[in-house]
Amino acid sequence: MVSYLIRRFAFLVITLVLASIVLFVLLRLLPGDPANALLSVGATKEQIAAAREHVGENLPLVAQFFRWFGQLARLDLGTSYISGLPVGPEIVQRLVVTVPLTLMAFVLAVIIAVPVGFVAAYKSHRWYGILLSAISQLGIAVPVFWIGVLLVTLFALTLKVLPAGGFPQDDWADPGAALQSLALPVVTVALVMSASVTRYVRSAVLDVLDSDYLRSSRALGAGFAEAMWRHGLRNASVPVISILGIELATTFLGAVVVESVFALPGLGSMLLTSIAQHDYPDIQGVLFVSTFVVLVVGFLADFVQRLVDPRLRASVNGNRFASGRRRAARA
Amino acid sequence: MSGDVASLPPVVRVANRTTGRRRSATLWIGVVLVGIILVTALVSFVWLPYSPEDISGGRLAPPSAAHWAGTDKLGRDLLTQLIIGARIALEVGAGSVVLGGVIGLLLGLASAFAQRWLDDGLSAVLDVLIAFPTLLVAMLVVAASGASLGSAILAIGLAMSAVVARLTRILAKRVLSLDYITAARVSGTRWPGLVVQHVLPNIWPTVVVNLALQFGLAVLAEASLSYLGLGSPPPNASWGSILQQAQGTVLVAPIGAIAPGVLLVVLVIGVNLVADGLRDVGDPTRRRRS
Repeated sequence: MVSYLIRRFAFLVITLVLASIVLFVLLRLLPGDPANALLSVGATKEQIAAAREHVGENLPLVAQFFRWFGQLARLDLGTSYISGLPVGPEIVQRLVVTVPLTLMAFVLAVIIAVPVGFVAAYKSHRWYGILLSAISQLGIAVPVFWIGVLLVTLFALTLKVLPAGGFPQDDWADPGAALQSLALPVVTVALVMSASVTRYVRSAVLDVLDSDYLRSSRALGAGFAEAMWRHGLRNASVPVISILGIELATTFLGAVVVESVFALPGLGSMLLTSIAQHDYPDIQGVLFVSTFVVLVVGFLADFVQRLVDPRLRASVNGNRFASGRRRAARA
Repeated sequence: MSGDVASLPPVVRVANRTTGRRRSATLWIGVVLVGIILVTALVSFVWLPYSPEDISGGRLAPPSAAHWAGTDKLGRDLLTQLIIGARIALEVGAGSVVLGGVIGLLLGLASAFAQRWLDDGLSAVLDVLIAFPTLLVAMLVVAASGASLGSAILAIGLAMSAVVARLTRILAKRVLSLDYITAARVSGTRWPGLVVQHVLPNIWPTVVVNLALQFGLAVLAEASLSYLGLGSPPPNASWGSILQQAQGTVLVAPIGAIAPGVLLVVLVIGVNLVADGLRDVGDPTRRRRS
């Protein structure tokens, strides 16, 4: 397990470096001169040259990359072209909104999806089992922003019980107010996320119900609940955990839409603004932090899977058979 | 719940859970839903209730005989916009699936056939690209090249190609590891022959199903882009931007905020059902199991 952790961590670091290269190249491939963002329309040639030098664009691309990478290593994400403020603290400021939003939505989605998915599988032949499964199918086709608009219409505009959007100026100084403004966004994200998680929980539970070990356990006299608890739970949770990791990461990155519906000053809205203003250090910073979060979540999901499933622990990369097949493919 | 016999045989119950008839029903419901949107989109080429620029209807008029869905806040006919939206949604879906499908297939096949170091490098880059959701990639491209339908399709197609490439690579490698490929290689078949004779016939059902699912995701991604104000500009507005425009006046004129969402759901559900149906048609092993 320890050697696995070391290898997996090394992999995490390598992917992160690779991601920073991909990110850097992608951003440079885009048309548009970032120096222009600093200038007004009638700028002279000297002003343009000065601006390019100011943002370091006169350097060759490789030098620019190492400059940025060196800063990254010192946990410095650079300075915004537009506001002149350091990017790092600005991102932290935004995470205060996005992280609680994502985590609360995630927890709520799991609370909804696990029992619903279980019932949908266990009662898959009954009308309510089929209904639950159909609703979850519907849920993956519904755009997040539409749910948001509908919930705002109902709870904020018609019933007037919750604010339609915005976030307190002083962040979490008044937790009640902050929670109130996050309530509708959290429910919006959780509804959409729970629909897709429900489908995976259902299919994982169906697989377990279909399994020989569950039937053997029942045949040996264990009650359904006992057999499920001792044999079913772990087996069903392995695939669900990796989906939960992906969902958590996607939600974190996809927060931009929900934040736009509810006018929340989170990481997503920072990205939207910085893209509109061609503020490269901001864009780069937000995307790098997002990638970092996605990779760390993936790392944690893998780790938890191995805690749950001893079979995965036995092999180093979790799919010994796949790598065996891979060698066969080379031959 | 614990000891009774009724809860005992889940095996039988599970095996019954989808019968052949229900599966083909899935496909047909999907075809009908997609068909409704497709016909609407085709009609828009020859006939529209009003010109999209026509603002004669008066602002936020309720539904009437003249304007079945009412008008928007500039007085434009909503039904006209919704019909144009259908066309845009299908264009986005089809365009990005073609783009993403072609690039993805080529990249995936190349990776599957490549030397180990190149394959490993490519798949690592693909993994990183997949870590960014479509929407983020699309936002970047659209922001740089300006908000238009073309850049949305380009962006969504490119993001999709990473997913298709990874799938193709895995599927192709699985086929390439089989004995009859070794036999074909020994008997002198070169890689183009292997691709055409063995790899493509084996992987296309799965790839097509995946592309159908990606179609739905592409439509949703474009709707989100438009909702964020990065989609094709009015009057040729997509459903996402109609919704965004109507959001502020939802209590006065709810249709503008509700109808685009309903249409999006109809299209995406339809495409997903078609994908599910195709999967069962294309995969004989699943058919036999039922």
